[in-house]
Amino acid sequence: MIRIDCPVCGIRDESEFTYGGDATVVRPAMGEAALKPWIDYVFMRDNPRGAHREYWHHVVGCRQWLVLERDTLSHMVGTCSLARDAA
Amino acid sequence: MSHYSAFSVFRNALTGNRQWPRAWRDPHPKPEYDVVIVGAGGHGLATAYYLAREHGIHNVAVIEKGWLGGGNTGRNTTIVRSNYMMPGNTMFYERSMKLWEDLSQDLNYNVMISQRGQYNLCHSPAQMDAARRRGNVMRANGIDADLFGRAEVKRRLPYLDYSASARFPIHGAIFQSRAGTARHDAVAWGYARAADRQGVDIIQQCEVTGYIWDDGKITGVETTRGPIRAGKVGLAVAGHTGHLADMAGLRLPIETHVLQAYVTEPLKPLVDTVISFGAAHFYVSQSDKGGLVLGGDLDGYNSYAQKGGLPMVEHTLASAKALMPSVSRLKLLRHWAGVMDMSMDGSPFIAKTSIDGLYLNGGWCYGGFKATPASGWCFAHTIARDEPHKDNAEFTLNRFERGYQIDEKGVGPQPNAH
Ligand SMILES: Cc1cc2nc3c(=O)[nH]c(=O)nc-3n(C[C@H](O)[C@H](O)[C@H](O)COP(=O)(O)OP(=O)(O)OC[C@H]3O[C@@H](n4cnc5c(N)ncnc54)[C@H](O)[C@@H]3O)c2cc1C
Ligand SMILES: [Zn+2]
Repeated sequence: MIRIDCPVCGIRDESEFTYGGDATVVRPAMGEAALKPWIDYVFMRDNPRGAHREYWHHVVGCRQWLVLERDTLSHMVGTCSLARDAA
Repeated sequence: MSHYSAFSVFRNALTGNRQWPRAWRDPHPKPEYDVVIVGAGGHGLATAYYLAREHGIHNVAVIEKGWLGGGNTGRNTTIVRSNYMMPGNTMFYERSMKLWEDLSQDLNYNVMISQRGQYNLCHSPAQMDAARRRGNVMRANGIDADLFGRAEVKRRLPYLDYSASARFPIHGAIFQSRAGTARHDAVAWGYARAADRQGVDIIQQCEVTGYIWDDGKITGVETTRGPIRAGKVGLAVAGHTGHLADMAGLRLPIETHVLQAYVTEPLKPLVDTVISFGAAHFYVSQSDKGGLVLGGDLDGYNSYAQKGGLPMVEHTLASAKALMPSVSRLKLLRHWAGVMDMSMDGSPFIAKTSIDGLYLNGGWCYGGFKATPASGWCFAHTIARDEPHKDNAEFTLNRFERGYQIDEKGVGPQPNAH
């Protein structure tokens, strides 16, 4: 069980959250007309073996989107912040 | 390397079964090969075998960081089927099914293919419609499929929950009678032995840590047992695709996720087929030793850890109980996990990469065991001829930018949802 330290609710089980994927991908500006930045944004991932910054949604808690640092090799969790602050 | 036969069993019995030769050699890596395949899972070993047998390329090494078959090939729930609907998938998986049917003879190794049939249950009229459509596509392509209503499913699988209180009532099922299971370890061992007999070097306990570059082209691999040069390098490392691509500077439409499997204590014969629940991701079959083999969903987050968490154990067992109430008192004997290369559309890649000398076989998600023979067949073709076989022509890396995703489930670019 991964336990996530939600900045609003405190430490909660992973089953209270849904996973939102890689938090390092950034949406291109809406005016971006080239295809490549959009393809990268939608489809391409670094997929690191180790440190990962990722979104979690505290869906049965405070309903905030969070950014969690977690290691994909050990599942060790690090700091967790509100997504709007982490940006 | 002796040929296995009734006679060899008899002859070896006379000497107390102490004279059996090794099934494959344990060679030292040579400084150079025509082709180096990274990863001695079923896919890598099958590729080496078909490179030698179909394309006459015998100077091949398969390099494995652990022991052969220790990755997903030895961790999966062994379901084999060809009930795919999307162009690009349908005939590829059917090629695999046909290769499975003759594989034991071909390899001179019993892979214990058991065509016990597979049911995909439907729990709503809409699911029945979707199953009918899938079945029609399969039949139009010459693949066997049957659609059964509730009464027929109840007659065939009487131990499922048909009560009024069933959380997801069973409306019917789509059935493929040629589907079934195979012995996963035997597939790795059979291909390893057959490839070895063709002159392929299988080098275990040897991790690839980087590539040898020559003017922007890959001309070999760096390993924990020294550099090995190669005319061509093929990756078949399943969940580690992202890691090995990263070493080559490639970013891929793949996320690595963890998937668990479970075996119960042994029972008398009960489930003589493969059953997939249609309301949640859950399926069950029974092994020859009697244990029920249960499979479920991904844990859902990026992971290279080969270990999963308890929430998914609970979810899978709840699905088991919802479908087959009679299992509720069973004890789990073991459970384990493997790491999956989940692609953005749920379909695989067998293609040349943008780097000269580097070929990719990956993105198998949780369905790659059934693909093993055709994957090896098509990857060998792609490496040997520098062009895809017709059955892997759609498994390209650039299908996303072209808008040709092969999204069997239609869920979009979300790897953990496929
Ligand atoms: C729990 C579970 C259940 C599954 N159930 C099914 C099923 O019922 N039906 C089905 O069709 N599929 C199933 N699958 C998927 C299937 O197991 C895989 O898609 C398939 O086995 C992949 O085979 P492979 O040869 O590509 O990979 P693997 O067997 O994983 O082989 C890759 C090898 O590469 C090696 N490797 C990695 N990095 C390096 C390196 N740097 N240097 C050298 N070697 C390296 C690994 O050690 C490994 O042995 C399941 C998977 C899991 C985990
Ligand atoms: Zn919260």
